[in-house]
Amino acid sequence: MAQLSAITATGLPDDSRPARPGSRWLAVLRTPVGACAGLGLLLVLALAVVAPPLWSGQANRTDIGAMLQGPSARHWAGTDNLGRDIFFRVLVASRLSVELALLATAITVLAGLLLGTAGVLLGRRAVRLVTAVVNIAVAFPGILLALFFAVIFGVGAKGAVLAIGVAGAPAFARLAQTLVAGIEQRDFVAAARIAGVGRVRVLVRHVLPNIAEPLIVNAAIGAGGTLLAFASLSFLGLGVQSPGYDWGALLGAGLTGIYEQPIAALAPGIAVILAGLAFNLFGEALAKGIGLTTTLSRVPLGRVRRPVRSSGSVESVVDNDGGPVLEVEDLVVTLPGHGAPISPVCGVGFRIERGEAVGVVGESGSGKSLTALAVTRLIEEPGRVTAARLRFQGTDLLTGPARAHRRLLGTGLAMVFQDPMTSLNPTRRIGRQLAEAARWHDGLSRAAALAKAVDRLRAVRVPAARRRARQYPHEFSGGMRQRAMIGMGLMGTPALIVADEPTTALDVTVQRQVLDLLAAIRRRDSVALLLISHDVAVVSQVCDRVLVMYAGRIVEDLPAADLAATARHPYTRALVAAVPDMRTDLDSPLAVIPGRAPDPARLPAGCAFAPRCPLATDRCRTEQPPLETDAEGRRVACWHAGPVAPEGAARERDTMIAAGRHE
Amino acid sequence: MSELRFEDVTVRYGTRRRGLTAVDGVSLAVPAGEIVGLVGESGSGKSTLARAAVGIAPLTAGRVLLDGRPVPMHGRRRPVQLVFQDPYSSLDPRMTIGASIGETVPRRDSATGSALDRRAEIIRLLEFVELDPALAGSFPGQLSGGQRQRVALARALAARPEVVIADEITSALDVSIQGTVLNLLRDLLGELGTSMLFISHNLAVVRYVASSIAVMYLGRIVEYGPAAQVLGDPQHPYTRDLLAAVPESGHPAGRIADPTPQAVADAEPADPHHPPSGCHYHPRCPIGPLVRPERDICRTTAPGPDHRQHAACHFAGSPTTSQATNTPTPTARPVPVPGDPTI
Repeated sequence: MAQLSAITATGLPDDSRPARPGSRWLAVLRTPVGACAGLGLLLVLALAVVAPPLWSGQANRTDIGAMLQGPSARHWAGTDNLGRDIFFRVLVASRLSVELALLATAITVLAGLLLGTAGVLLGRRAVRLVTAVVNIAVAFPGILLALFFAVIFGVGAKGAVLAIGVAGAPAFARLAQTLVAGIEQRDFVAAARIAGVGRVRVLVRHVLPNIAEPLIVNAAIGAGGTLLAFASLSFLGLGVQSPGYDWGALLGAGLTGIYEQPIAALAPGIAVILAGLAFNLFGEALAKGIGLTTTLSRVPLGRVRRPVRSSGSVESVVDNDGGPVLEVEDLVVTLPGHGAPISPVCGVGFRIERGEAVGVVGESGSGKSLTALAVTRLIEEPGRVTAARLRFQGTDLLTGPARAHRRLLGTGLAMVFQDPMTSLNPTRRIGRQLAEAARWHDGLSRAAALAKAVDRLRAVRVPAARRRARQYPHEFSGGMRQRAMIGMGLMGTPALIVADEPTTALDVTVQRQVLDLLAAIRRRDSVALLLISHDVAVVSQVCDRVLVMYAGRIVEDLPAADLAATARHPYTRALVAAVPDMRTDLDSPLAVIPGRAPDPARLPAGCAFAPRCPLATDRCRTEQPPLETDAEGRRVACWHAGPVAPEGAARERDTMIAAGRHE
Repeated sequence: MSELRFEDVTVRYGTRRRGLTAVDGVSLAVPAGEIVGLVGESGSGKSTLARAAVGIAPLTAGRVLLDGRPVPMHGRRRPVQLVFQDPYSSLDPRMTIGASIGETVPRRDSATGSALDRRAEIIRLLEFVELDPALAGSFPGQLSGGQRQRVALARALAARPEVVIADEITSALDVSIQGTVLNLLRDLLGELGTSMLFISHNLAVVRYVASSIAVMYLGRIVEYGPAAQVLGDPQHPYTRDLLAAVPESGHPAGRIADPTPQAVADAEPADPHHPPSGCHYHPRCPIGPLVRPERDICRTTAPGPDHRQHAACHFAGSPTTSQATNTPTPTARPVPVPGDPTI
């Protein structure tokens, strides 16, 4: 559980939470809607169980002397044409109505599951046939199917159960098919097959448990619908036949005299509504409860902690005449966690001069991406960003109108994300998407904007730019899409390009092309670059200066050229040593960093790296080292940040290797 | 100790008209007890080849042999195991890791024929991959990425495989964790003598673990040989390209004079749906028709692998020699087994 909130905060896939289904079902019942729906459902079910034995006598007692009476103290809902008490009849009818609805739902679920999961069990050709049948059946409206089957199976309760059950199956099968298809793609199903696990076992052990939740939710909602469908069929005379009666039959009987005695029709009607509501609400509550577990918004944001002013202030850096492009001081990003809010970015401060390339490196969860999102104002509720100073091209982004900030960032800042496929709209042509920015911000005409888009595509070296501007994103390769994204950023006159893992999804040869392009743009227009990457090698190739982040703080800020030889923080040295390159010694084990990155919810009291650090002393474990600036403008936050002699570094590396082997 | 051999393996998806040949007549051998590295860019067919070896990608042509006999693709005994790239997708989130590993443990020991104690076996395997056996009852969601990948490795080893295929097993991990997984891998295989096909796009990683290296481009093997030779004296221009693209940590932007012509530098990776004619690499090749128009043979004829290190290039050799010798060697003979370790 320790790393739970860390995982959620860093946005890893939602299955990274511990699977404890039982507690989640219970959590649903703790929500107000869930509690009401659960209680309602419990009442309906209890009524269905106890009503017939308790009140059958009253419900079936004919009283010729009291036929078709209105509501009275004796007969709360009046009597029917044989003088039977309608109120008790409605109560007793709950058994049959609920029972039949549940039976029909069971048939729906069973038939739907069989059809929907056939893909796991059968061969390819049989699956195609099943899918075709389901597709055709789904095309018919459910009530039409139900009527059709009711005629086939014959009039009566049994026929109606089969009809409604079978009529609901195609829709359920379709849902199951879709869910199964999603799970089947996952590697763990392939892994089970490789392990020689049989098809039935794959279905039962791997597929069904993973699709059960949405199916159960859907079945619960479906039961409400079935109840209604049953009432309709009985009402039409196709369902329960006399002398049996359910709510639909009572409604049908009561409707004949609706003008004289409305309560006779209203009472069963209300019963249908209440029971249907109970089923539907319960299903919805389940759906909502299950959908909510992974989002962060469940725990309200409490008091946002004011950060302690970090001594790593950047005031000492000399201001040049152009002024820095970006100034950040004491940046804190707060996200709601499980229990208390957490701060995955805590007291980060740096500045980027005009045309400077700054890299940010760190492990996943170190807060490097959040830092980029925070300075570009892309963190949305419930996340909170506070800072002592946040200036872009001299404009304070912390105060003033948000509209003006958007405009400033829209033209002055370009953002490049890891996956260009998700940041480009797949339904619009590349040229149009680029032109949109220019039309929006510069008020260019459509033709002029498009011409500019083509020009910018040429600038990012997209071959045959005019033709390619008319293509859609899926027609571009990964590297070309990334170029198009950079081109989109160049539609304005950016002073800063923020690139968050821009080459992680690309191949090495393409990575080189994109990095070269970024470097060329930087040189040509003296655009500053903030490059975020987990890859020290990439950052050191492109950047002038590198910020090393650990557990939400900058632990070192040094020239990229010094990374390999004279890094002063043990974490930086470990990070550099951990990357195998073409000169790595093949005979000794790779250097590793023992342990794992700390959970932002429970950072240690002292230096966050201390538990993994070979140099850690008692002081490191109790006292947070400040980020101190030295004479050359390098910053480092470490109590042992002295210049390390080569032998010291070697000894440290050996310790790391030894530690890594016993991790 | 077993040898895994791909013989002229072709995997084709889709219909005849709108299909995709992911793997195109690949022959490759993973010698007994060795680690063979397979590198290439995304879309080159590396993963499809891995999936074909374990039977989850259908073979269109060719055979996958284990010690001369077809690899069993049905039944409980699966001597070839695959470790997947993404440890977040390859473990069932609703199964304890003990159960996941236990599922792969065979009922009987194939050597002695005695029934295996599943519980003891799970503990043994967890200890083997240097995880605390107490973790057996936890769910994948409670583990870190590196721990998950160890579990995936333990699951593959539970089947007592003769060959393990590792498909990009470290690319989803942080660098700090990558090292522990690679160290563990080398130790384990050394101990067990299991053969391995190690697939990665990262040359530095492949160099560290593999004894020989095969380079794949658009469904074909373009170079194969001992790791030191392929990396030290690459024969195929694509291999050289890959080597040049490896970023070197701590050696900042020193690439001032990049001799690559702009046309080549900006060439787009080929579309696997419409592979180029002749040599698949010719639209990107720095020694091909793009740069030297007289080399038209690259456009028309697919090169055979009968060069040093089985380099499938008409002008194979180091860049200097290839420019000196301008005589093409037009070979388009049926492809022999380029992965033959005896050559």
